[in-house]
Amino acid sequence: MPADPDQTLIERVFREAYGQAVATLVRVFGDITLAEDAVQDAFVVATERWAGDEIPRNPAGWIVTTARNRAIDTARREARGRELYEELVATTTPNTAPEEALEEETVNDDQLRLIFTCCHPALRTEHQVALTLRLLGGLGVDEIARSFLVSEAAMAKRLVRAKYKIKAAKIPYSVPADADLPERLRSVLSVVYLIYNTGADDPDRASLRADAIRLARALAGLMPDEPEAVGLLALMLLSESRAAARTVDGSPVLLADQDRSRWDVELIQEGHQLVRRCIRRGRPGPYQLQAAIQAVHGAADTFEDTDWDQIVTIYDQLSVFLPTAVVVLNRAIAIGEREGPRAALEALDEVATDLDTYHLLHAARGTMLRRLGRYDEAKAAFERANRLASTDIAQASISTQIDELIAFGAR
Amino acid sequence: MSQYLLSTWSVEDEAPGEPPSPEQMQAFMQRVIDLEAEMDATGTFLFGGGLHGLDAATVVQATDDEALVTDGPFAESKENIAGFYVIEADDLDDALAWANKVSAAIRRPIEVRPFRATGRVKDQMPG
Repeated sequence: MPADPDQTLIERVFREAYGQAVATLVRVFGDITLAEDAVQDAFVVATERWAGDEIPRNPAGWIVTTARNRAIDTARREARGRELYEELVATTTPNTAPEEALEEETVNDDQLRLIFTCCHPALRTEHQVALTLRLLGGLGVDEIARSFLVSEAAMAKRLVRAKYKIKAAKIPYSVPADADLPERLRSVLSVVYLIYNTGADDPDRASLRADAIRLARALAGLMPDEPEAVGLLALMLLSESRAAARTVDGSPVLLADQDRSRWDVELIQEGHQLVRRCIRRGRPGPYQLQAAIQAVHGAADTFEDTDWDQIVTIYDQLSVFLPTAVVVLNRAIAIGEREGPRAALEALDEVATDLDTYHLLHAARGTMLRRLGRYDEAKAAFERANRLASTDIAQASISTQIDELIAFGAR
Repeated sequence: MSQYLLSTWSVEDEAPGEPPSPEQMQAFMQRVIDLEAEMDATGTFLFGGGLHGLDAATVVQATDDEALVTDGPFAESKENIAGFYVIEADDLDDALAWANKVSAAIRRPIEVRPFRATGRVKDQMPG
């Protein structure tokens, strides 16, 4: 951890400014690598200037102006940069004050364009994620590498390959046409949600959750008329509101057993507000509905107080948008709370074949069988779940269930 | 503007389906003719064609004193290129939109690949 508080502040400002500065410079230079190099150069200058001095009010604007001026100097010195130099001069008003150089609207447009470039469906998912975290999230290559459990060299190579494809195939730097927007937006939102979930699955990568929320906040701000963008932010905030209660001493705690006083009230309130705002638009979608389910949980003072009727109703709507077996599984669990374990087991039978290798199906069956007092069958279901579970955390939680059933006399 | 290769592949030993009826064949040809007319009208079409099968392929390699000629294709791969278009497009999104139209017309997946360079090398030299 850096000892100098100024240094930490500057690093945070850099991270915030990185995405904005790169996005604008990609537009100016028409090249991602050039833009990144220029921003790095400007950061070096900034570190010297800002250390003993005030940080400017608009750091991203300062970075862009500095980066652009330095790029002009470099281009002027190099013969092969003459064309770029002429372009740069044409797009730069001399002596522009950094604060004026970046109109807010332009910055927003630039960022939106870059998001759609990074999450273009012609790029494979792992490349979309890496580009998004690097170019928009401002994360270092080493940080991204750690989060995705690969070496820094491998992550650097991944980024180089992704940027190569953008340039070679001429992936456009633009917001898609209206006709393509819904599909392309889905691709962007799924990248951000994947980043969040990667951070949710593993405590060592928890910082990815904050990165994903920061990206989702930016997206919701850039596309306030897209209810799914707002819905994704709400979904992540509501999920995040329970983070502190989700584990005790490193062991997972089920929703029913969580200490609700440890839920983050502010995040819940913000999430509720966002859910209301997007649902009002009357254009429901999978993220909004998942957020709405989380909002119902967040509104309940105790597990018993949960409005299961409402949750089942929202799952019914969700299954229209996401007709997946996992949605059926979650709906069955809600039915178990509303109508009892027998109804839940019946609902689970619907997806028993499709989800036969998914540990949560067998864990859900175990839970319902246990409630019916069918301890032997419950134990067998949890044992099956335990063999299929892939993470230590999941296995630990299932083992606890098995131990309890043995204590009840299950064989 | 950029140039892209839109290619379709056939798979060797793929079980042949029912041969198309004359009506189906006619409809197929009409779809392709309409598509190519649209490509021409927008200045998209540069070149295109369908290829004979791998049995018709020959490989030649120049050695010090003779041309080494062997029967067959380069690669021992099941998939092989069956036909292609070379098109001019604004960017990848534009090229993908054309690929989608080709795919709809011939009912086959299309691979889109950008050209690094096209034309005669001497024309690509700087200066």
